[in-house]
Amino acid sequence: MTDHSEVDTVTGRSTTGHEWDGIKELNTPLPRWWVITFYLTIIWAIGYWIVYPAWPLISSNTTGWFGYSSRADVAVELASLEKIRGDKMVALGKAPLADIEKDPALLALARAKGKTVFGDNCAPCHGSGASGSKGYPNLNDDDWLWGGSLDQIMQTIQYGVRSGHSKTHEGQMLAFGKDGVLKADEIVTVANYVRSLAGLPTGQGFDKAKGEKLFADNCVSCHGEGGKGNQEMGAPNLTDKIWLYGSDEAALIETITNGRSGVMPAWEGRLDPATIKAMAVYVHSLGGGK
Amino acid sequence: MNKTVNPKELKLDDDYGPLYAAQKKVYPQSVSGTFRRIKWALMAFCLGVYYFLPFVRWNRGLGAPSQAVLIDLPNSRFYFFFIELWPQEVYYFTGLLIVAAIALFLMNSIGGRIWCGYLCPQTVWTDLFYAVERLIEGDRRERMKKDKSADPMKLERVSEIVLKHSIWLLIAWWTGGAWVLYFNDAPTLVTELVTFQAPMIAYIWIGILTCTTYVLAGFMREQVCTYMCPWPRIQAALTDEWALNVTYRYDRGEKRTSVKKAAELRALGQPVGDCVDCYQCVAVCPTGIDIRNGPQLECIQCGLCIDACDTVMTKIGRPTRLIGYDNDINIERRQAGKAPIYRIVRARTIVYSALIAVVGGIMVYTLATRSLLDVNVLHDRNPIAVKLSDGSIRNAYTVRLLNKSGYDRVIAIDIDGPVNATVHVVGVDSVTPDRPMIVIPRDATSELRLLVTAPADNNPEKSIPVRFHVTDIGLGVAASATDNFVSP
Repeated sequence: MTDHSEVDTVTGRSTTGHEWDGIKELNTPLPRWWVITFYLTIIWAIGYWIVYPAWPLISSNTTGWFGYSSRADVAVELASLEKIRGDKMVALGKAPLADIEKDPALLALARAKGKTVFGDNCAPCHGSGASGSKGYPNLNDDDWLWGGSLDQIMQTIQYGVRSGHSKTHEGQMLAFGKDGVLKADEIVTVANYVRSLAGLPTGQGFDKAKGEKLFADNCVSCHGEGGKGNQEMGAPNLTDKIWLYGSDEAALIETITNGRSGVMPAWEGRLDPATIKAMAVYVHSLGGGK
Repeated sequence: MNKTVNPKELKLDDDYGPLYAAQKKVYPQSVSGTFRRIKWALMAFCLGVYYFLPFVRWNRGLGAPSQAVLIDLPNSRFYFFFIELWPQEVYYFTGLLIVAAIALFLMNSIGGRIWCGYLCPQTVWTDLFYAVERLIEGDRRERMKKDKSADPMKLERVSEIVLKHSIWLLIAWWTGGAWVLYFNDAPTLVTELVTFQAPMIAYIWIGILTCTTYVLAGFMREQVCTYMCPWPRIQAALTDEWALNVTYRYDRGEKRTSVKKAAELRALGQPVGDCVDCYQCVAVCPTGIDIRNGPQLECIQCGLCIDACDTVMTKIGRPTRLIGYDNDINIERRQAGKAPIYRIVRARTIVYSALIAVVGGIMVYTLATRSLLDVNVLHDRNPIAVKLSDGSIRNAYTVRLLNKSGYDRVIAIDIDGPVNATVHVVGVDSVTPDRPMIVIPRDATSELRLLVTAPADNNPEKSIPVRFHVTDIGLGVAASATDNFVSP
């Protein structure tokens, strides 16, 4: 490349040698400190490549002289967190279930832990606020299929409902219609009788005596005299204001025809005992616990 | 600026750039007099308070820190003698800042930049650093000579420089050290610092403040006031024609001439000024300006030029205060042969004083009547309401109880709002039915889960205001908070 640079007569400074229509460009080089800093950053980058993981290889990457890895860092931080929490969780695991709510510090820990674990594991069915939805019980209210004491809640969490665990809650609502136990008109009568138990209005031409007889023959064995329910079998109380699958006639007919057998997984083995305990206290403290 | 420029005569670096003024180093001369004495006294007071306040003790009883002024970040408490503030009460600092701002306005409307000239940390520390410099390197002329010396590498000179910077760094280090003492128990932290047991953050802060003090007071000095500080710009909007500023009384000073010539002219009965152009006011100025050019942005109004001029006036047997706290109104009055008038009390100063009194009064009142028991209530959002098996409605709340006293309290919670409502606190057995009683620990926040249940039939409204009353059973102190009871 030919050097066309020359000294500009007006300013006494050198030019770049570029000229457009008689206008020459003065040479104004970058400041020395800037250029030096620029080269230093290049040297720094090379050093960085050597000591830190930098270049992608076919199936891995260069590990660098320091052997640094952000994943290893995460593992170390998680371990130290576990260590900090460890003592508290051990204390929680040792405390008798009934005493946890009496101790403000343990209650706060159980609720905080319970809330997090609930969000990760239970919220998909029960909702983030544990208020449930059709088929998934609201855990804030005082209506419990399998019992609302601390021990009963913990048992349900541990072994689940129809979960296949050897100690799981069993018992199901039979499909009276599908299995041919009751005829269609009988199902309508039973549905209306159930509504009358809860104090809800019944349909026209409802024969209460027939309903009472059908209920006594088919339903009392699980739901009990007067439909008060049985927590041993997970049979809901039919006289209260809370309905898992709905209280209108159509919903009741569907329930009686096809039966109901909702499933909750067993959490024993998935969550450690102290966490299950925290969960039980959390659910109990939502407000409905007995 | 209609001058036509011949490009060949143009010297680029002088006339047309660079776009900043290079610092002209200031070598203030030592001075003595009234204002210098005031400045020494205020410097001793300000630095004394700053360096020693953390060591002042204040007995707050067992379990509470015994440091008079302490910012306890880990426990979120601020202690100031008999005052203890919680994070919820941070608005007191807003009040303090408002009072401080208006106090600055008031100072300004009375006596100009009193803050800048006497009290600002930048002024105080720069003054201290100048004093050290003067002690080691000598006064103005010697320092100028030494800086210009062609042979600076003599052992004597090098040792002077090393000594000066060492003392500067020592002061700067102590400044940073005193700062961290406000955030922890001072005697304990001092022991930890010298045995290298203190937390890393303490050393980092000491390091940062050592650097800032050393650089700002040792090197940047008046440039901080002239270029970095917004206050000189704001002042222009806060001053008025009655404010007293450090002023060259040109009615007395012009024409300037030598002592001898002035005496001759005076003898002939011709007009002549008292200013003898000795440049002492310029020599002592810490910002390197000439006050005789009138009020200037750079002037921090420290009053040292008054002392310098008074010394000269006394020597030549003329009246003092050729430079003094004054304003243009009085200069013009004197020129017209009238007596000067000073209006310290005027609308502006009355309004500022009244504002200070009002804001200060509100702060004192709220501090004096500050409750040591407080309650905050937060309604559960998810679910917002729960229907129970008997059809009644339940709402859950998080109740936060603040016990700011130094003893545990037994409190009862009552509610007022929904008809036939019952209250339950999770984990608490109610001794009296529906009146949960709870022990809340001293100097702490307790969080409770509170459930309010009420029959739906009695409470048909979608949302009912509910008031939570918290009563200290022993002392009868009460606090309350309001939220809503919502139906699904």
